[in-house]
Amino acid sequence: MSVNIRRQGGVGESVKRVDGIPKVRGAFEYASDLHRDGMLWGATLRSPHPYAQIISIDVSAAAAAPGVHAVLTHADVPGKPTFGLDVQDQPVLAREVVRYAGEAVAIVAAEDPEVARMALEKIGVHYKILTPVTDMEQALEKSAPAIHPQGNIVRTLTIVHGDPNARADVWVEGMYETGMQDQAPLGPESGLAVPATDGGVDLFIATQWLHADLEQLAPCLNLPPEKVRLHLSGVGGAFGAREDVSMQIHACMLALRTKRPVKMSYGRQESFFGHVHRHPSRIWMRHGASRDGKLVNIQARLLVDGGAYTSTSPAVIGNATTFAAGPYEVSNARLVGTAVFTNNPPCGAMRGFGAVQACFAYEAQMDKLAAALNLDPIELRLKNALHSGSVLPTGQPIAGVAPVRECLQRLQALPLPSEESALDRDPMLLPGGAGNVGHGESLKRGVGIAVGYKNLGYSEGFDDSSEAWVRVSVDNDGPRAEVKTAAVEVGQGLDTIVTQIVRSELGIDRVTLRQPDTAIGSAGSSSASRQTMMTGGAVQLACQAVRTEIDRQGGLASLRRPVEASRVFHHRATGKLDANGQGDPHVTFAFGAARAVVEVDQDLGLVRVVQLAVAQDVGRALNPQSVMGQIEGGSAQGLGLALMEEIALVEGQVKNASFTDYLIPTILDMPPVISEIIEEPEPGLPYGAKGVGEPSTVVVPAAVVAALRHATGRELRRAPVKPDDLVGL
Amino acid sequence: MVVRVKVNDGWREAEVWPGASLLTFLRDRLGLYGSKNACEQGECGSCSVWLDGNLVCSCLVLAAQAHEREVRTVEGLMADERLHPIQEAFIDAGAVQCGFCTPGFVVAVADLLQKDPTPSPATVREALSGNLCRCTGYQKILDAVSLAASRIGAGK
Repeated sequence: MSVNIRRQGGVGESVKRVDGIPKVRGAFEYASDLHRDGMLWGATLRSPHPYAQIISIDVSAAAAAPGVHAVLTHADVPGKPTFGLDVQDQPVLAREVVRYAGEAVAIVAAEDPEVARMALEKIGVHYKILTPVTDMEQALEKSAPAIHPQGNIVRTLTIVHGDPNARADVWVEGMYETGMQDQAPLGPESGLAVPATDGGVDLFIATQWLHADLEQLAPCLNLPPEKVRLHLSGVGGAFGAREDVSMQIHACMLALRTKRPVKMSYGRQESFFGHVHRHPSRIWMRHGASRDGKLVNIQARLLVDGGAYTSTSPAVIGNATTFAAGPYEVSNARLVGTAVFTNNPPCGAMRGFGAVQACFAYEAQMDKLAAALNLDPIELRLKNALHSGSVLPTGQPIAGVAPVRECLQRLQALPLPSEESALDRDPMLLPGGAGNVGHGESLKRGVGIAVGYKNLGYSEGFDDSSEAWVRVSVDNDGPRAEVKTAAVEVGQGLDTIVTQIVRSELGIDRVTLRQPDTAIGSAGSSSASRQTMMTGGAVQLACQAVRTEIDRQGGLASLRRPVEASRVFHHRATGKLDANGQGDPHVTFAFGAARAVVEVDQDLGLVRVVQLAVAQDVGRALNPQSVMGQIEGGSAQGLGLALMEEIALVEGQVKNASFTDYLIPTILDMPPVISEIIEEPEPGLPYGAKGVGEPSTVVVPAAVVAALRHATGRELRRAPVKPDDLVGL
Repeated sequence: MVVRVKVNDGWREAEVWPGASLLTFLRDRLGLYGSKNACEQGECGSCSVWLDGNLVCSCLVLAAQAHEREVRTVEGLMADERLHPIQEAFIDAGAVQCGFCTPGFVVAVADLLQKDPTPSPATVREALSGNLCRCTGYQKILDAVSLAASRIGAGK
């Protein structure tokens, strides 16, 4: 081989972020920083009611206001009236009915954001208020109004495995709940739509998946796909919140109508209404085991609240149900999952995607079972741990790496942090910090562990792929590689990983990434822990094709013309589940375990998480620093769900749509996180690397609440755990 | 109304409506987009700037309040096109992911280290408790602060 392979800056190294310099300077252009001369500002009128008929909409006063260029309603949608990732059931603008408080009803374009906001107040909407369905069990009642024509069930699936009536020596049973969590990316939903001379539109947008947006936009705008061009703008975090369309169609409609560039940028309050949330769950489980601690039978019923529209609910309940037995071998199971429609805000993708809710329930059950059997909780888990070759309740065998035991053993081997006396401590180190009015008289420490797993990539037969284009040229400064994909850097570090892959494959230091857009084939979404595997795989294949051609031409030194190649990466095919929930639904899995050490002030119900430790199966760490960053950040979101994060809903109304009222962990809430990276390359994946974004978020909520149970002896069946729960109020 | 502010050593002026925040003035009137808009109510620190040397959330200050005063933003941190040691430390420690909170953190850390060049871990946590990050879990931000403090202390 004539190409000199240089590993410097390649895979396996903690290479610095390629977008680090503009980001620390404040020069990185996020979607909310976009601007054009002569641009207008868009704003959205949203329903104040969770369920109502729209009798009439009067836009005349708003349209006549100075500085207002357009006021649009459902009547102005140029094409298909609805959008949606899976089922297109969500109106671009509500027509006859609004199904959740916050649903978009009208949009305005004006000279200035304040003028746009004031114009919204001039729009008269006459509603006939209907009684909303705001509870997921109420949605299943025969007397409940049907929120959609097909009824209130989005999807039910049943997994029947072995003999679901199998007898066991010992049974434990429990009901568990998780609240509605918000992704709360710091960058608000934003985009800039620019009308084009060909009658089309260019949209500069912060999204997770350019092509899924395109597929939804073009029909609604009644334009051929080639006239709707999406260009990635800077993305200020995502975590699932940007998987669904927010302001994309609206901004394009306003730009096409006014023939001016239109920017839309949500404020924090609107952001809570402008994207989907993590599904609240209600889960019943019954675990049966033999006296010696082998799982025999698992029964589960899972119910999740999908809110007003379908979004990704079918896949979320698919995940929750297929993972309901946890990372354990069990011969018999009946697992039934249902996602329902309600008049609550729509729920969809958030980091962990159904696996989080299931883990919270099954790990609480495993602790209960350990107590009933008088076994050490880790020993019980080790006894039943999945391993390579194990068969899941769906009948799918685990073909790849499954280091469940090693995850647990790594945590077992870590010493616990030493106990500190409450008396001589900086008061900031008491639970609740400066808010603790006591002196630590009733502190109690608790330790909890949890292990879980999550699928990588899309499941149940989804035809998933990513395309990459690579071009190598030689100029006076030497060889240079250019790469283009439609894959979205949301902050996870994908652009750096792609750069490392190119360096490793081609031995070329100078790597330039072109801005992603829809001119190239889809890269799929930056979600489901899939981009390193999918786009990384596509880039690797394109590099290998380029390298072959360079070799054929006699090497880089004799290269006369640039060499380029495009390649598409597919993962192995998966299949749908049959009526008994049997099949081969998932590509592969990543496993993780967490140990939480907490201190509870038993008088005040305040909590300090002293330490988190996460052991995670990563296949191979392509950028160890970045892997740790994902584990730590995912842990923080898990801690948030365990202790503080919940969208407070009263009769379908969000009561805490701000960072004053919806709390996410601060630097005072986060303990040190110890990352134990388990590297065992996964066969069939590029470099053996698994996606790393989600496992810590899956296991940390369960581990933190387990530690709280250990400290307080209370059942704590619901996350987030509130101070009242801890003191028994 | 016309507001005139000394921003990063140069006087700038622009027309704003009386309710406009200093953040809006900086971003939408002066084109200084480094200060970020993430919560509009002083909870997240993404818009941190100095007003007459005091660290403030520019979303909570009216543009009019900054009239004839001095504002320093993240754009004013670099000297001679070289990154500030805090900016370098954020990159080296892996403290940047999506980066939306980063300018605000960099400003808040610079403010802290000006006042206390060798802060204890508890002091760092308290000083940065008004800055939210959703990506990192803060550990690498703490690492960056230690790294920056040691490099600045060593005169590097």
